[in-house]
This record gives sequence, structure tokens and C-alpha cells, in this order.
Amino acid sequence: MSCVETIADYALRSIGFGERLLPREGYTLCQQFTLIGSGMIWNIYFGVLALCSGFVLAVALAVGKASANPLFRKPAEWVIFVFRGSPLFIQFFFAYLLFLSLKNSYPFFGAFTAAWAGALVVLFLNTAAYSGEIFYGALRSIPRGDMEAAEAYGITGWNKFRRITFPTMLRLAWPAYTNEAIFLFHATTLVFFSGFPAWQQRGDALYYANYFADKTFNPFVPYPILAFYFILLTLSVVGLFALASRRLNRHLPREARQKLRLRPNFLR
Amino acid sequence: MFAYCTDPASLDGLAWLACYLTTGKHMAFYASFGTVMLLLAITAPTALLFGFGGAVAARARFLPLRMLGKTYIAIVRSVPDIAFFLFFVIALDQGLEYLRLLALCPDWDQPVRQGNDFVVCSAAKLPSNSAPQWVHEVYGFLLAMFTFAIVFGAFAANVLFGAMMAVPRAQIETAEAYGMTRAQTFRRILVPQMWVYALPGLSNLWMVLVKATPLLFLLGVEDIVYWARELGGSVTPRFSDYPHGDWRVWYFLALLVFYLLLTRVSEIVLERLMKRLTFGQATTGGMAA
Amino acid sequence: MKTILTATAALALGTGMAFAAEHSETVRLGTEGAYAPYNFLDDNGEVAGFERQLGDELCARAELTCEWVTNDWDSIIPNLVSGNYDAIMAGMSITDERDEVIDFSDPYTQPDPSVYVSTMDDVDVENAVVAAQSGTIQAGHVASMEGATLVEFATPEETVAAVRNGEADAVLADKAFLMPIVENESELSVVGDDVLLGGGIGMGFRESDGELREKFNAAIQSMKDDGSLNALIEEWLPDGATF
Repeated sequence: MSCVETIADYALRSIGFGERLLPREGYTLCQQFTLIGSGMIWNIYFGVLALCSGFVLAVALAVGKASANPLFRKPAEWVIFVFRGSPLFIQFFFAYLLFLSLKNSYPFFGAFTAAWAGALVVLFLNTAAYSGEIFYGALRSIPRGDMEAAEAYGITGWNKFRRITFPTMLRLAWPAYTNEAIFLFHATTLVFFSGFPAWQQRGDALYYANYFADKTFNPFVPYPILAFYFILLTLSVVGLFALASRRLNRHLPREARQKLRLRPNFLR
Repeated sequence: MFAYCTDPASLDGLAWLACYLTTGKHMAFYASFGTVMLLLAITAPTALLFGFGGAVAARARFLPLRMLGKTYIAIVRSVPDIAFFLFFVIALDQGLEYLRLLALCPDWDQPVRQGNDFVVCSAAKLPSNSAPQWVHEVYGFLLAMFTFAIVFGAFAANVLFGAMMAVPRAQIETAEAYGMTRAQTFRRILVPQMWVYALPGLSNLWMVLVKATPLLFLLGVEDIVYWARELGGSVTPRFSDYPHGDWRVWYFLALLVFYLLLTRVSEIVLERLMKRLTFGQATTGGMAA
Repeated sequence: MKTILTATAALALGTGMAFAAEHSETVRLGTEGAYAPYNFLDDNGEVAGFERQLGDELCARAELTCEWVTNDWDSIIPNLVSGNYDAIMAGMSITDERDEVIDFSDPYTQPDPSVYVSTMDDVDVENAVVAAQSGTIQAGHVASMEGATLVEFATPEETVAAVRNGEADAVLADKAFLMPIVENESELSVVGDDVLLGGGIGMGFRESDGELREKFNAAIQSMKDDGSLNALIEEWLPDGATF
């Protein structure tokens, strides 16, 4: 079987198209590259959706935690603490149990015992908590002068948040937020590894790498292939975030762009 | 443990529970909390050391060294730690045994790779086959620690690299104006001042490291997650004096509490440290409202 | 950084040498410790079960000192070929795939059939959702069945849990593993006929380690001859066939 055929058969295997059975012999490099690459679809799916939806909640959590009103502050603090304070796989375990019991009383939750919905919810809350803490740190570091200047111009309330607080917060948080995005993509490998069951051998990149390591008993080929894909993915994430960073800082003179890192490099 | 535990089937309620919670298996479970704490206590400084080395290399003037430092940071940071753990430990073990083979068995004439097998002379085996089990466990623990240190060293290197860049230029220039050499500037000005910039990043890294410890069981170390799974799974009366159903929820709940507590304590300690470090310094950390 | 590496290497070289002088014939046996009745951890955290008793007896007959080591199932073969232990005794069925990478001893059980277990008596396993542990021959079997839907879990425990909570219609696993669970829980029952997969269970060795394999083969044969192996099988695997 030529490599082109292999790609045709297995490139979309992870989402249920193509050959029904996984390769059972040969285990050529082509098969390994194709299937592990196919699994990357899930890693990207989880990563991108969780990151985008998590961003919204993260801003809400950060504003909540910085709020003077305990009614907003306390819940935000607890969500951030619980989701930042516990390992992801324990969150997966409890989420799976919770969705199982919910499913028995409300059929609406039927989809959530499957990874595509259930794990996404956990990853969404997880990244929202981590990013929320980063944004909260950034909120606290916004230079006083900026806020006072805004008030002096008569910019207040929602307008002030939209035009001053929010963009400055993003700018300050961006390096750390980039790191969080990288970690989130890494975390997506845990979904099938120690969280949710894999249906009909549709899994993520690590699932297929594990499959090949299991069949060939040689971990030195599939895992480096997985590493290779992740290096590409991380490079693209870093590249995209750098583009966004340039846009966020476009008003600054070129040499000042580097300097705008008031609380530099806090990871996650 | 207790004298009345000889016939658990006849017990109930608290007495049963007291016996159940003091079985040898549970003792191993409690001891594994120590293993995790020990790993954290050793890995954190080692990773910091690796990170320091990586950061210094990444800003070296000598090009190959700089490339090496940057590649280390870029590659190890990009790869999910779990994928790294799944093959790196075996590779590390084989690498060490190969080095020992070269050192200890100079007249070894067989190939090291025979088909799928990795074969070295018995003197080169690490640890030696006849070594007691605890030596094997300590060795496994050291390998795990080393692997953790390499992975988190890359992240620490990234943080420290950023922190070194963040030290105000004026400080360095003043040092140069006083006639300090590059090495002196590095030692007396840059390193003492960078910590305050590095601390937020390093404390976040510590939090991530704490939460990465469940991966220990992938590295062959019997950690708290291994024992929680082992103890929580249902057991039938044939194989245990203490049969029970699926109790994983309770064991995982205990783990959850442990991790939350550890996080809380770390947060408090790191907050204090930050206050001390920023005391009197004109950084945002010190001035933040 | 370089000094650390050298120091670690020196330390590594040192510890090994200190112990190399002791008696040399220790054989390390790798097992999973999570597959009752073949191998499991007893209340004291020690390896116990059919293979523990069998292995100790085989070592005594072959005049070897044996040491039990537990290892994660997923990496049990890579760690053997990499030399972290010398033999696998982990309820491992003899299959062609595995035989290409390692060598097996003569089987010490007859082929163990697999069975389906379900909460429903009338489930049609050919068209059902079937749970199996990933990386097992059962998972491979279900994947190749036309109408069945495979759900894979990381541990055997979770596969049974999936049937209890209704995520899967049935679980496919070794009969010897499932029977004690079925006997203990009234809502679970065996459905359909036995499924024969794989050969009997044997010990796994490195292909370069023929000498050790022969020693254990001789010991296994002597236990088959004097009936002590059958006695062990009857004690631990009541549903298993004897030699």
C-alpha cells in the first residue's frame, strides 16, 4: 500500500472517516505520521475552542476577582483557586462522574460523557481559571497614571474599561497568556490518556502514538513523531500570538515595544 | 496494625475502618505522599539550576552555546511533558548503561542492539541485577527527578532569560561605568536583581510542577495516584480481607484536598517571598495597589 | 551543567559497582500487579496471586533468586527489552505480535477464553457498545467486529465500571478476571459464549536471553509432570483447563 493510499485511508480516521480498522501490520513511518497527524485534529479542536471560549470567562473572572464587591469577588476567587489548584486529570475524573450522574436524570447531558463535549467543558473552565489569574495580575499592574489620565479626559465606566483597562490588561498579560496557550495545547493530550474513553478508536495524537508504541513495542518512533507535531503546533501558536502582540502594541514606538513587560514572563 | 484486626470480616463500623486504613497497602499510600514531596523538594532546585544554565547559555556571546541554550528551551517547551516522559526515561537509562559499558567492559564484543533488545554486560547494568529492590527504586526515583528537572528546567530557563532581560539597562550601564567586567556585572548586579522579575514566573512554574506530579506513575514511580487507583478499585472477597466496591471517588477526593492544600500553602509562602523581595524596590510588584 | 552530568554519571557508576560483587543469579520478574487472580497486590501491598506462587516455585526449582517488580502494563515490554527486568510474568497471552519482539516460555496455562459480561441478559454483543482495556487483545478483537462499537478505557477497573453505569452494554475481558467479579455482583452476568483469543499465558523473555528461558522451560515442564501446576491452576483459576 502506497503512502498516498495510507493518507487517503487514515488522514481523517480520528473523526470517523476512512478505513474502519487501524493498521494491523507494517506500522510504517507513513502510517504512524498519518494517524498521529490525524489525531492532532482533536488536539487542535480542544485547544482552539477551549482557548477562545475560555478567554471570555477569563476576563469575567479577572474583573470579578479584582472587584470590590464580595458577591463577585468570592465566586471568582474560588473558581480560580479550585481549577488552578488541582491536577487536570482529577478534574477530568470528577467531571466524567458528574456528567454520568447528570445524564441519568437529564438526557440533555448525554453528550457530555463523550470527550468532544465533556472534556471541552473541563478544558474551558481550566484555561479560564489560569488565564483569569494572569489577567487579574495584569489588571493590578496597570499603571495608575493611565487610569487617572482617562478619568481626567472624562472617560468613565464601560467606556474606560473598553478603551483603557481592557487593552492595557491584554498588553501586559500577553507574554504569560502565550505560555498558557502552549500549556493548554499540551494539556489536550490528557483527554484520552487519563480522562475520557475513546470510542471506536477515535482519539487524539497521543492515543495513536500510544497505539503504535503498543503494537511495535518501540516507544522511540511514535513519541518523537508526536513531539515533532507538537513543535510545529507550538511554533504556529507562538507565531500567531506574536502577530496579535504586534497589533496590540502598534501604537508604541518600535524600541519601546520590548520594554512593555511590567510583570514579565509569568508563566501560567 | 491493631490486635483486633486479625479477622476483619467480623468487624464493622469504625473498627473495620481503622483496620482498613492501616493495612500495608495504605501505609504505602501514605508513604507515597512523602515521595511526592521529596520529589518536589529535590526537583525544584535542580530544575532551577538547569534553568539558570539554560538561560546563561541562551544569552552567551559564543554562538554554538547560544544556539544550544535556545534550542533546549524551544524544543523542550514545545513538547507535551507527558510525551516526553513516555520515552525519555528509557532512553536515559539506556544512555547511562551504554556509558558504563564503555567504561567497565572494554572487551565487550557484542552489539548493544540485538534486534529489539538492548544488551550490555552485566557489570554495566544499572543498577546491578542483584541489587536490593530499594536501590532499584531509588534509581527509578532519580531518573524521574532528572527527567522532571530537564523538562521544567526549560521553562525555568525561559523565565530567567526574560528576567535577565528585564533588569533595567541603566543598572548594567552604571556597573560598566564603574569599570566592572562582564563577569562581575553578571555576578554582582544582574543575578541579584533578576530574582524579583523572575519570581512571578517561577511561582507559576512551581504551581505547574506541583500539578505535574501525577505523571510520576508514568515514570515507574509508585506515587499517590498509583496507590489511589490501586486502593480505590473494587476488590472481591477472594483477593482481600477488606472487600469493597468502587471507592475511587473517595481516594481522588483525598488527592484533591491534598493538592488544594499544597497550592494554598505555596500561594501564601510565595506571596510573602514576593513582599520581601520587592520591599523598597520600585517595581510594579512593589507598587501594585 | 556539565559538572552535574559528570557527577551524576560518577554516582551512577559508583552505586552499581558497590552491588555488583554480591551474588549474581538474581532474576527480576516484571508484573503488573493489577490483574487478579493472576497477579495483584494483597492488603500488605505485596505481589500475590497465581503467578506469584507459580513464579516463586519455578525459581526454587531452577535454583534462582527471584525478585518481583511491578511495572505499568503499557511499558512492560519496552522495559523488558531495555533490560530493567529479566522476565515478564503478567498474565500475558502468547501472541504472534508479541512473539516478534520477545520470546515466550512454554505456556503455563491453557488458552484462557474471554467472556462478555453485561447487566442485561439478552444483549446482542455483535451489535452492542463493548468496553475493553486499550492495548489488549480483547480491544483488538472488538475493533474488528463489524457491528460492535468499541469503547476503550485505560484500566480494567474502568471497563467494568462502564458496564455498571450504563456507558457500555458489555465488557470483554479474560474469563479468569471477570468471573470473581460476576460471582460477587448479582446484577452482572456472563452473556454469550466464550471467545477464544490468543494462546496460553507464558513468561516473556528477551530474545537474546535463551539460556534463562530454557531454565524456566525446564522448571515449567517439571511442574507439569508432577501435577503441581495443575494444583495451582485449580486453586486460583477454577474455570481454567488443566494440563
